[in-house]
Amino acid sequence: MTDRQVAQVVARVEGLNLSFGNLEVLKGIDLSIRRGEILGLLGPSGAGKTTLIRAIIGLNTPTRGKVTVLGHEMPSLEPAHRIGYMAQTDSLYELDAYGNLLFFGGLYGWRGQKARQRAQEVLELVELTNHAHRPVYNYSGGMKRRLSLAMALFHHPELLLLDEPTVGVDPVLRQQFWAEFRRLRDAGTAIVITTHVMDEADHCDCLALIRGGEIIASGSPTELKAAGRSDTVEGAFLHFARFSGNPSQADKEVRT
Amino acid sequence: MRTIVVATRLVNQILADKRAIALMFVAPVFLLFLMYVVITSMTSTPAIDLVAAPESVVEALQERAEVTVLESEDEALARLKDGSADAFLVFAGDGHRVVLEGTNPTISRLALTVLREALIEALEPLPGSAAPPLSSTPIDYLYGSQDYSSFDFFAPVAMGFIIFFFVFVIAGIAFLRERISGTLERALASPLRRWEMVLGYFLGFGIFVAFQTVIIQLFMVYGLKAPTEGSPWLVLLLNLLMAMVALSLSTFLSAYARSEFQMFQFIPIVITPQVLFSGLIELREAPDWVNHLSQLFPLTYGGKALRDVMLRGLGFGEVWRDAAILLAFAVAFLLLNAVALKKYRRV
Repeated sequence: MTDRQVAQVVARVEGLNLSFGNLEVLKGIDLSIRRGEILGLLGPSGAGKTTLIRAIIGLNTPTRGKVTVLGHEMPSLEPAHRIGYMAQTDSLYELDAYGNLLFFGGLYGWRGQKARQRAQEVLELVELTNHAHRPVYNYSGGMKRRLSLAMALFHHPELLLLDEPTVGVDPVLRQQFWAEFRRLRDAGTAIVITTHVMDEADHCDCLALIRGGEIIASGSPTELKAAGRSDTVEGAFLHFARFSGNPSQADKEVRT
Repeated sequence: MRTIVVATRLVNQILADKRAIALMFVAPVFLLFLMYVVITSMTSTPAIDLVAAPESVVEALQERAEVTVLESEDEALARLKDGSADAFLVFAGDGHRVVLEGTNPTISRLALTVLREALIEALEPLPGSAAPPLSSTPIDYLYGSQDYSSFDFFAPVAMGFIIFFFVFVIAGIAFLRERISGTLERALASPLRRWEMVLGYFLGFGIFVAFQTVIIQLFMVYGLKAPTEGSPWLVLLLNLLMAMVALSLSTFLSAYARSEFQMFQFIPIVITPQVLFSGLIELREAPDWVNHLSQLFPLTYGGKALRDVMLRGLGFGEVWRDAAILLAFAVAFLLLNAVALKKYRRV
């Protein structure tokens, strides 16, 4: 890895093991998250994607190994204001969209006119401007996802962690979501997205295939498809999954 | 500053929830009113029947009880059975005897007391005697007065308890919902510190709790005429301390509940024993371990201090120790809660 690439690493996961009691949820995870790159964590539910995301933001503490974000070993509060997080469950207060945004914005130090203006901006981005003053318990699942995304983007984070951001979002809007992700990436944001939808994986710059708490393969979608001898990411996933019980047989690290 | 952000959000959220507000402000007042009506309508004059009693006894008893003069003992027995009378006194030959209905010890005692007084007055009027009848003995009250009703005695503790109970339930559930809905964890994924979260909750809820306390106290003192011998400001201070203990305790305990149902399971464990120890029941003759146990419960101190101030008119100099213990409880529970939040984020 060149110096330039090292400088671009926003977050690094090294030899991460994470257990809840006797249950080992993550085993030997190594990952680098770079500025201006969309990293997709792809795997079935229960694979450990959410646990990994939560370890990166500091909600889960590593059992072994190390997670470093923006130069700080996690869990730490230091980098918290530079990370945007969209949880898998929509954690919204029973206020209107505006109230939710201003609260979370406030936690990141945004106040007054500046905060209100930014709230308008992100509401526009997720097309909720017309529903800004409706209480969120009247929202549909997709609208809640959109508001959660708006909250994650609010404070211009350098690292954006999105846990299943497109569940329940209609296809047209999903396309706009991805356009926005690419725009943010091009502006230099590092983005991590978890998904179990294989066709979304093609939008990512880099993929980590996760199964049973392990990364069974990683690389760009093109590389993975070539190494997995398949036209689709899903086919590649099946190929690597077949060998994941015995990783030495699979082309585990496509990209080094 | 983030503490204020948390508190402000909580205030906005509660203001948007009309039901919670009603529960906080209307329900306690209604419950206290109900308690007042029930306690003050408890009987204080027993119904006593007389059979073949001398005129002097009838007159003496009529001042103290609801008296019915009957012809026969059978008739009196029938009235005892159907609940029309609590006791009867029958004179036969040289002697007399009393028969009590007997199921309610309070009423039995009351009936016996008035019968004894009436008999002493009617049968042994001894003007020159060394032992004058009780009625002519001068009686002074160190605290309180002969006008004190049962409600007056209950009032301080009832007020403290109602404040404690409602704050406990509402704040506990509110914080639990933060945990269940994931908003607590989501907020802790931001730069928000654990103690800022705890303190923000304490402040935001504290505003409503303070209002609630003032309303309950005003209703007790002006609506139900509860006795307030001491300073009303001192009573308010004690009530607020009770509310703060309830607020910090319930938000802390919500860490150990996974659902609303589990939260409600704390009520018989945490709330009910406190009622027993709050001073409503005299514990003078209870075993030592009960008295030691009672010292673990905040309501023991709150109830005692409230009675001291409201009934005995004592000042801050006498109750500061109880107030300090309540404050210590509140601070301890707040700290414990901040530590319990480590479950969500280690730092």
